[in-house]
Amino acid sequence: MEDLGLWVIPLAILGGAIRVSTPFLFVSLGEVLTERSGRINLGLEGTLVFGAMSAYAIAYLTGSPWLGVLAAAAGGAVFGLIHGLICWLPRVNDIAVGIAMMILGMGLAFYFGKPYVQPVAPDLPSISFGWWSDVPQVKAALRVNVLFLIGAVLAFAMWWMFRATKVGLVIRVVGDSTDAARAMGLRPALIRTLATAAGGAFAGVGGAYLSLFYPGSWNEGISSGQGLMAVALVIFARWNAVACFGAALLFGGAGALGPTLQSVGVSEGYYLFFAAPYVLTLGVLIATSSPTRAMTGAPGELSITK
Amino acid sequence: MTQGAIGVETLHMTMRFGAFTALDDCSIHIKPGSFHALLGENGAGKSTLVKCMMGFYPATSGEMLVDRKEARIDDPKAAHALGLGMVYQHFTLVPSLTVAENLVISREDAPSVIDWRAERAALRTFMEKMPFRVPLDRPVSALAAGEKQKLEILKQLYLGRRFLILDEPTSVLTPDEADEVLGHVRKLCADGAISVLMITHKFREVTAYADEVSVLRRGKLVGSGKVSDLSHADMAAMMMGDATLATAAERTGDAGAPILQLQQARAKDRSGLKDIEITNLTVHAGEIVGIAGISGNGQMELMEVLTGQRPLEGGTIRVKGAPYGATRQEAQTHSVRYLPEEPLQNACAPRMSVAENIAFRNFDGAGFWLSPRKMRDHANDLVAAFKVKTASINSPMQSLSGGNVQRAVLARELSGAVDLLIISNPCFGLDFSAVSEIRARIMTARNSNTAVLLMSEDLDEIMELADRVMVMSEGRIAYDTPIAQADIATIGHHMGGHA
Repeated sequence: MEDLGLWVIPLAILGGAIRVSTPFLFVSLGEVLTERSGRINLGLEGTLVFGAMSAYAIAYLTGSPWLGVLAAAAGGAVFGLIHGLICWLPRVNDIAVGIAMMILGMGLAFYFGKPYVQPVAPDLPSISFGWWSDVPQVKAALRVNVLFLIGAVLAFAMWWMFRATKVGLVIRVVGDSTDAARAMGLRPALIRTLATAAGGAFAGVGGAYLSLFYPGSWNEGISSGQGLMAVALVIFARWNAVACFGAALLFGGAGALGPTLQSVGVSEGYYLFFAAPYVLTLGVLIATSSPTRAMTGAPGELSITK
Repeated sequence: MTQGAIGVETLHMTMRFGAFTALDDCSIHIKPGSFHALLGENGAGKSTLVKCMMGFYPATSGEMLVDRKEARIDDPKAAHALGLGMVYQHFTLVPSLTVAENLVISREDAPSVIDWRAERAALRTFMEKMPFRVPLDRPVSALAAGEKQKLEILKQLYLGRRFLILDEPTSVLTPDEADEVLGHVRKLCADGAISVLMITHKFREVTAYADEVSVLRRGKLVGSGKVSDLSHADMAAMMMGDATLATAAERTGDAGAPILQLQQARAKDRSGLKDIEITNLTVHAGEIVGIAGISGNGQMELMEVLTGQRPLEGGTIRVKGAPYGATRQEAQTHSVRYLPEEPLQNACAPRMSVAENIAFRNFDGAGFWLSPRKMRDHANDLVAAFKVKTASINSPMQSLSGGNVQRAVLARELSGAVDLLIISNPCFGLDFSAVSEIRARIMTARNSNTAVLLMSEDLDEIMELADRVMVMSEGRIAYDTPIAQADIATIGHHMGGHA
């Protein structure tokens, strides 16, 4: 095996970015969909964990990881639907409901997931793009999971949807101005609920990736706040689906920093780099906030920007 | 779809909300191709009438004829299908969408996948047939108010509407923009493309553009006829009935020492991209300085700087020669008082009682313990002196009507010595009698040597009250003139930013 020297670090970060970014990508795409319709769903962290559990359980019981992904999406959609329906009631705050849904999702996942901590479920398949290289690190870095590719395609599809389809424009109308939507004869609450349900399905799939590929097992500490970070990532990406893809890669790369340094033998202080995504989240939130400036690109009906 | 204007007639339209009759046996006839004005004070039933016509409310009784056929309109969709459309007072365009996106998505048969090349070509052909145009690829948030209003009207035509209701279409426009938009609407009527029913309270627009007028008062139709047969005084008499207005106090005394001075004051605006910069602004004692301008040109930011809600980036604000940072302490020492716009949100605690709200100026001067009796007495005095209509001084502030909230806040702010009064849009949305009373109070304050800075989007208000008129445009003071030399046309040009 040839010695790659310090080249190992960027290579591992690239590989890590691809591996770690997928849940960020799915959750943030779901959140973009929800927030573009004018609602915030903070419950996606709970949806992510529940998705991870249900995907793992179904994949283990049926032997098919894809059925697991489907179950996670369905579970996520149900969570989104509940969030949307509760927000339909008068004087209900979407952020408070989101926090409740987050705790509910995690609680249910831990309760139903207890029997599945031990068993081993089948993994999702991945495609090797490193066939041209003999270097094992390159091969490892370029082993790309199918869900990552699907997520990348979905990001561009969503960008196109918001630009050139009726559904996309309707969601933007509802998210930007309830009055305009009503004047057009649209039903904002219904559209928001559907968008929240679809967003929940995305987050569920993100969870399936966690338990069925990387890290690839089910336990209670599986998400460590990735669903919440994805919400910050949406603000960073200015509600743009393609920018979400880039931002997810960036967060993924930051998440890979700690393990990478550990693997090249940095024995002290590397654990500080485990905190890199969290520091990045804080940095992003501070850098994009201002007491005197209205946020550009934010949907006008969002409760945090109103 | 058939082309051309249609006539609409309401017959004995009545609308009751519980025991309250908002609209009482109202029959009006808008002939095809005519420009019909609907006059009335706030609460006279104008919006109720048009909302019944558009199917937002089911009328308690009465019928409607559209194009001489009886029509049942149960919801706005049914109205749209008959060719009836409405342009609302507040824009119903989606700010972040482009003009083209706004137009296409407003169509009921918008395709699920939009072929932008074909749609854009169709939109261009449509625009070429129109008397006025709006750039297709601009996001609506980047359009000026006049362009937005034009787009609202274009949208209705694009949707094939042949009868338009315009709800105070010029309330956010400069006089120039208003003339342009209404001129185009008038031409569309004359060409027989549409008939128009316009809600307004501006007599000038009625005389200049409308063919016929109907006047509502307390839900009843109290007069109608050809505009050419009626004078402003006739219309005002119909609108007001026998109510008497408070007459404005005479302007007495001359300006004294400078009280408020801004020099090179700079601040960021809402978007954070532009600055507002006031190079030099001085308000003297016993003087009203009026700042005119279309909303969104930095007036709100200037108000926020003066109230301490927005940090100053550079320059100085001085009150009576001392630097002023708008802290509560400074405001109290220098007797600076504020009447911000939308006082229920900006100057009140809506759920606290009227008495408590009135005590806000002095509750912290009395030491640790407050005396509820003193607060009540104080509130009772002011409520009586300013004729605030409230069930009790213990009612929550938010239960009062707009005019009474304004009176209560004015009562609080004008009690005690006031050296500087900073006001923003004090009469927005109030009826005639409340407006004239509040304007009279402001004039009285001026005459007792208070320096007044008045920001208003209502040019008539500025012309009536101010001793000096300034125009704010793009965050700068673009024009400054004593009232004696002020001229509406010149001011209008500066408001529009092209002078």
